Amino acid sequence: MISLEKFIAHIENELDDLEPGTLTANVNYRDLESWSSMYALIIIAFVDSEFDVTLTGDDLRNCNTITDLHQLVKNRS
Amino acid sequence: MALFSINNIKISGVSACVPIHEETNWDFDLLNENEKKLLIKTTGIEKRRVAEKGTTTADLCFTSAKTLLKKLNFKANEIELIIFVSQSPDYFLPSTSTILQDRLELPTTAMAFDINLGCSGYVYGLSVISSLMTTTKIKKALLLAGDVSSFSINKNDKSTYPLFGDAGSATVLEYDENCSQMHFNVQSDGSGHQAIIIPDGGIRNPLTKDSFIEHKIEKGIVRSDRNLKLNGTDIFNFSLREVPPNVNELVAYANEDIAEYDYFIMHQANKLMNESIRKKLKFESEKVPYSISKFGNTSSASIPLTIVSELSNKLEKGRNKLILSGFGVGLSWASALVTTNNLICTDILEYE
Repeated sequence: MISLEKFIAHIENELDDLEPGTLTANVNYRDLESWSSMYALIIIAFVDSEFDVTLTGDDLRNCNTITDLHQLVKNRS
Repeated sequence: MALFSINNIKISGVSACVPIHEETNWDFDLLNENEKKLLIKTTGIEKRRVAEKGTTTADLCFTSAKTLLKKLNFKANEIELIIFVSQSPDYFLPSTSTILQDRLELPTTAMAFDINLGCSGYVYGLSVISSLMTTTKIKKALLLAGDVSSFSINKNDKSTYPLFGDAGSATVLEYDENCSQMHFNVQSDGSGHQAIIIPDGGIRNPLTKDSFIEHKIEKGIVRSDRNLKLNGTDIFNFSLREVPPNVNELVAYANEDIAEYDYFIMHQANKLMNESIRKKLKFESEKVPYSISKFGNTSSASIPLTIVSELSNKLEKGRNKLILSGFGVGLSWASALVTTNNLICTDILEYE
């Protein structure tokens, strides 16, 4: 599993219209101004293809930060 | 397990009809410009066809069937079986297939019934119609599949309205002892039935005045309980989890090599989701056609609509090996391996 920093960089890259630097380790991603359900789909697709972990809607709802998400993927992969 | 092979049945022709009225997601004003861009990029859906009030799925399927029979030079009285796959029937009862038997002037000796399925419905329908034909030796049959989803969708719900389009299709199948086998892998999981649902209007929750009250669920999502409700992330998870193994099991069961297949034609649900499935199955992009940008998610019509819209020139010539896969509402999913030979396709028909 890649480091948290790399994980954040990858996710930020996937969400390409996100202002660089706005996605930090401990920000609640749902509070981002441009957060949308499309981002949820993009994250599920990315995590599935890179780490072979298929996140559920509940997983995304139960996590608040990218740090939580990174931990969850790490535990499952 | 519902994994099985069917002998002696071939697909002779495919046709699809859409309403002439087109809407574009660039005009969907519940979203700002950036949100529109993100929606179109992620889902792949730019335009959709929307039925006029009063136009039903049966009307679109009728036009498809009539035109296809004419092109094949088949007479209506040769058709001995008609199945209508839809979740937007003309009436609660009688079944729409029976009304279409009469409208299409099929003989009263024809067998007619409906199948209530959505995104998986075309492949399910193929499995049922071909199974019946092979046991009964019925010579010619009509499979009609489609939905007018716009009837059930709230214009003020950004989580559904920009995704769905209306369409109806017709497929003619024939008994032929010299054709290749068809193979099917057909599945269901009702534990996920809440993921795509119209809550009110059936007997579980009959229509009342309250069914029409519109609730604000969140910003950009307003709907009533007679409107379609969709949990996109759950469907996304389900599709990535279930579709690739379903296809792989089918190919292994049939003892086939996935690399020898010419096209993988998926239900057109969401470009990002379909592309994730494509990559998991290691299909080259050239083998996976999309019509979703032009028509959106057209439920059980999406596979025949994609065949007619994207592949008709290619399938009209010679033999082609196809993998078809439908997945969604139910939850319900199914894949098929079929071989076509000089397939007859109509143009995309437009209903005024």
